[in-house]
Amino acid sequence: MTLLTVRDLTVDFGSGIRAVDGLDLDLDTGQVLGVVGESGSGKSVTSLAVLGLLQGATVSGEIRFDGRELTTLDQRSLRRLRGDRIAMVFQDPLSCLNPYYTVAFQIAEAYRAHHRAGRREAHKVAVRMLERVGIPEPERRARCYPHEFSGGMRQRVMIAMALCLEPDLLIADEPTTALDVTVQAQILDLLRELRREVGTAIMLITHDMGVVAGLADHVVVMHQGHAVERGAVRDVFRRPQQPYTRGLLACVPRIDGPLPHRLPTLEMTG
Amino acid sequence: MILYLLRRLAVTAAILVVICAASFAIFYLMPADPAQGACGKACSPERIAEIRATLGLNRPLPVQFWDYLVGIVSGRTYGTGAQAVNCPFPCLGFSFQTDQPVWPMLTSRLPVSISIALGAAVLWLAVGVAAGVVSALRRGSLWDRAAMTAALGGVSLPIYFTALVLQYLLVVKLNVLPYPRVVPVTQDPAGWAQSMVMPWITLAMLYAGVYARITRGEMLDSLGQNYVRTARAKGLPEVTVVRRHALRPALMPIVTIFGMDLGALLGGALITESVFGLPGVGKLAADAIAGADQPVILGVTLFAAAFVVLANLAVDLVYAVLDPRVRAVG
Repeated sequence: MTLLTVRDLTVDFGSGIRAVDGLDLDLDTGQVLGVVGESGSGKSVTSLAVLGLLQGATVSGEIRFDGRELTTLDQRSLRRLRGDRIAMVFQDPLSCLNPYYTVAFQIAEAYRAHHRAGRREAHKVAVRMLERVGIPEPERRARCYPHEFSGGMRQRVMIAMALCLEPDLLIADEPTTALDVTVQAQILDLLRELRREVGTAIMLITHDMGVVAGLADHVVVMHQGHAVERGAVRDVFRRPQQPYTRGLLACVPRIDGPLPHRLPTLEMTG
Repeated sequence: MILYLLRRLAVTAAILVVICAASFAIFYLMPADPAQGACGKACSPERIAEIRATLGLNRPLPVQFWDYLVGIVSGRTYGTGAQAVNCPFPCLGFSFQTDQPVWPMLTSRLPVSISIALGAAVLWLAVGVAAGVVSALRRGSLWDRAAMTAALGGVSLPIYFTALVLQYLLVVKLNVLPYPRVVPVTQDPAGWAQSMVMPWITLAMLYAGVYARITRGEMLDSLGQNYVRTARAKGLPEVTVVRRHALRPALMPIVTIFGMDLGALLGGALITESVFGLPGVGKLAADAIAGADQPVILGVTLFAAAFVVLANLAVDLVYAVLDPRVRAVG
């Protein structure tokens, strides 16, 4: 069943900058869609457009989520969707958590934004979520502030916050980019596990082909605001049709291949 | 935390001693002879010599300074024998003009200064912060530009000008307020508020402008933070996003300058009190300066400095409560 359909999405910022240009996306319930591309290809702008969080931009085209058109939805209804049915995990978990509140408070706050729940009840939910995303001693750690956590733990908090309402769609914008490699693997495992348990569809935005290969069912390759290639992950990785995709794949070092003298880089186009 | 507090208190005391030394040096190195000042006009040379001995002015300056410090901590006695005058703790000397001990003069003037400072502070915080928040939320709007222009005007107008214009309009022309006078808040709260309204507005106009501009800048900064975007992505109502996630961080720098401003004002609003003729610490300072009353000037200086230094200490402690990251370090 189709959960999210994006048709001809175009995002313009003032002074003639077009970040996304006629993009189409489809995401089915419970599926993982990888959106890959280099910096500035319009990936993050697309995710913010879905949530209606873009400021100072003109958005045109269609964004249909579960049968509802989001681009014309009023702020109030959009707010009800955010967090509850569409949640988001951002790239840099330190700057995305408010330094003035405990991690449990920030998770509980998301829960209380959509449920009639008292502070104690919401706090219990937060502790349970912290446990679920693998924070040791969740009872005690719940009262910590973001600066007392490591990068990986902060990202776990972000994921706990996003998943405490069991959303239909999780938009993960570069969820592992700010983390070191071992922690990246843990976070990807966590996302995979939660997807299986909760059944949340994930729109995974990344520039890292390895992340897509490990988690996504389908992939869309973006370049300069367009989708240049799309398809099942296996097909795109085995038989990339576009030169750009081939270039992107060639930039990823292979653990089982011959060691190149120097890694290929993307040639600047346009 | 207790260790931190003790360390801060020690530093605070050291700062006060330095301020004390500096002001002491300035006043006692001035050409005006304190003995002459204490004696008044048409004073015989014998009388001056006698006063010099009583006040200890014939002794070396460091010794005089030491006596002054001891007097503050434990009180002291001027002169000897039958003419001995006891100056109880905390002794800041006697006024040349009135022969009153300086400390009670200061404390009796304090309620007026507190009334002025606290009332004005409430007013400028409310107006300044509110205007700054609205300006930040509607950046570039007509309101924003009007408020920021008004803020610039408020900062630019000198206090004596605002005070006189207010007095002319509200008291003389429109007759809606009585001329400011001292009404203890405990006896007649309404009368107290009425007589304080003009000083409050006068001071608030100056400070509200500063606070509005700072609040606007800080709010624009915090509204652009990633955690504000996270708060929106959670589906929080916009009011909660602004209040809880944008305003709270924006208030931190405001706490800092507020502490210092309030501390400075508690030590006397010199011009405001003088223009409205309210007998606060600031008016005392103005009168003492006019009469070259050295012990009183010195006393007011120390008193005001103590307020600023203590307010700074209070700000740092409040900071530790407000910001979890400071707490961890302290």
